[in-house]
Amino acid sequence: MSAGGNALTRSAPWRGTAWAMGKLGISGRMLVIAIPMLWLLVFFLAPFFVLGRISLAEAIIARPPYTPLFERGPDGTLTIIASLENYRFLLTDALYRNAYLSSIRIALVSTIFALLIGYPIAYYIARAPEPKRSILLLMVILPFWTSFLLRVYAWMGFLRNNGVINNTLISLGIIDSPIQMMQTDFAVYIGIVYTYLPFMILPLYANLTKLDGALLEAAGDLGASPVVTFFTVTLPLSLPGIVAGCMLVFIPAIGEYVIPALLGGPNTLMIGRVLWDEFFSSRDWPVAAAVAIVMLVLVVAPIMWLQSVQNRRGDG
Amino acid sequence: MRGWFLPMAVVLGFVFLYAPIVSLVVFSFNESRLVTVWGGFSTRWYGELLRDRQILGSAWISLQVAFASATIATVIGTLGAFVLVRMGRFAGRLLLTGMITAPLVMPEVITGLSLLLLFISMELTLGWPAGRGLTTIIIAHTTFCAAFVAVIAQSRLRSMDESLEEAARDLGAGPVRVFFDITLPVITPALVSGWLLAFTLSLDDLVIASFVSGPGASTLPMVIFSKVRLGVSPDVNALATIIIGFVLVAVAIAGWLMRKQMSKGL
Repeated sequence: MSAGGNALTRSAPWRGTAWAMGKLGISGRMLVIAIPMLWLLVFFLAPFFVLGRISLAEAIIARPPYTPLFERGPDGTLTIIASLENYRFLLTDALYRNAYLSSIRIALVSTIFALLIGYPIAYYIARAPEPKRSILLLMVILPFWTSFLLRVYAWMGFLRNNGVINNTLISLGIIDSPIQMMQTDFAVYIGIVYTYLPFMILPLYANLTKLDGALLEAAGDLGASPVVTFFTVTLPLSLPGIVAGCMLVFIPAIGEYVIPALLGGPNTLMIGRVLWDEFFSSRDWPVAAAVAIVMLVLVVAPIMWLQSVQNRRGDG
Repeated sequence: MRGWFLPMAVVLGFVFLYAPIVSLVVFSFNESRLVTVWGGFSTRWYGELLRDRQILGSAWISLQVAFASATIATVIGTLGAFVLVRMGRFAGRLLLTGMITAPLVMPEVITGLSLLLLFISMELTLGWPAGRGLTTIIIAHTTFCAAFVAVIAQSRLRSMDESLEEAARDLGAGPVRVFFDITLPVITPALVSGWLLAFTLSLDDLVIASFVSGPGASTLPMVIFSKVRLGVSPDVNALATIIIGFVLVAVAIAGWLMRKQMSKGL
């Protein structure tokens, strides 16, 4: 594709622009590439350098509340002041280590529950005849289009001590006093599974609809019971869908802030929440930046590496 | 997985998905302030909602932000997708591929914090953006929404029949004309759904907006969050019911349009 084709040079304003661009050695092609490139360089990549730089500073009471990276001496020399103190602090303080570990644990448990609940639904929808299939699929996606915050809020009304579940159980005479469900890890699991269930069901469904029915028939003809067929044919073949669904639940769950803040208790440690509190409550920007960098290295880097490996395999 | 087990698992799954939403709607018509104890039918919380200036004001801010960022994100995401799918090799291709998909997996707290720190550094060194508010929220939302638009636009461009564009080129159309006369009309339905997704994501975002907004620019989720943090409150139920109503109407219209288009195609 060459720049400055017919349409570009036909009308007068275009001709002027094209001429000016030609003078400057800028082709239309470069311009088209530059727009998304520059936007993302400035507003996606550059922030990480700022983040990294502030994570090496020290918190002070000033505006901005961190020490500068360079200091100009009386003789005009520049000295770099950077310290890894914040990182040392993160590694030695048990709070942060526990927060990272417990984020991973909570995300993992929620992912497993989402898989156990989502798989039968995806399987059933994939096997359903047509009008029913579309309607069920729509019903899975529909909650996703309403506000995430309000869906979490809905569970607050459900799980509270005088909430719907406890009131129902008490009026049925099953329990005498309310069960504490809000502000527990259990509530956080429910919140995560509930919020991200569509992300589990959709890739599973996409995978299971491609499953060749003839394979299942063949297994049945050869004498396998439905249960055996499921575990030896369906389940292994749906593994890519399982992996995709689990990733889509696990990744956002790790950095989750809203769900533990609303449904979890004071003891529910999650790294997203620690970062938020460090920033908004303690106002320690350098430590918050260091928490983010460590989170990036521990959580996001492996995922991005996995994705790039998958992409390369997909291209090859 | 045949017999009683599967249907029961599916029914329980859908009960799990819908029971909280149904109870949210039911209790929005509750007379009592105690959200989960029934005190008779009433629409008083809807009245209170309409008198709540803070909620109405923040809803207006959210709509402005969502409209602006969905629109800019559609332009940037489409350009990014077009560059990656149609422009072959160029310096920085790998970088752009990474940057355009990475926001999809980036935890919101990291995106929010890093963008805020960028805005503050820019203000100190360049003097822009002066303070934080609508502009900074729009920039932040545009960046993560563009990633979603780019994914949708990329898959549409890949599945599109390239011979149409080739034919136009053979007939002497320049690249700009090919894009606006051939490519754009073909991918427009995908871009519309990309815009809608971006609009919804922007309306829904709490975490990133909380980091990059300033005083006087609270979005609707930020106001709801500060209310809900103190406990359940019935006017939030009323608001949720209104939003659910909007979504149902929008889905019904979209379904009707799709059905009409499908029957036209047959």
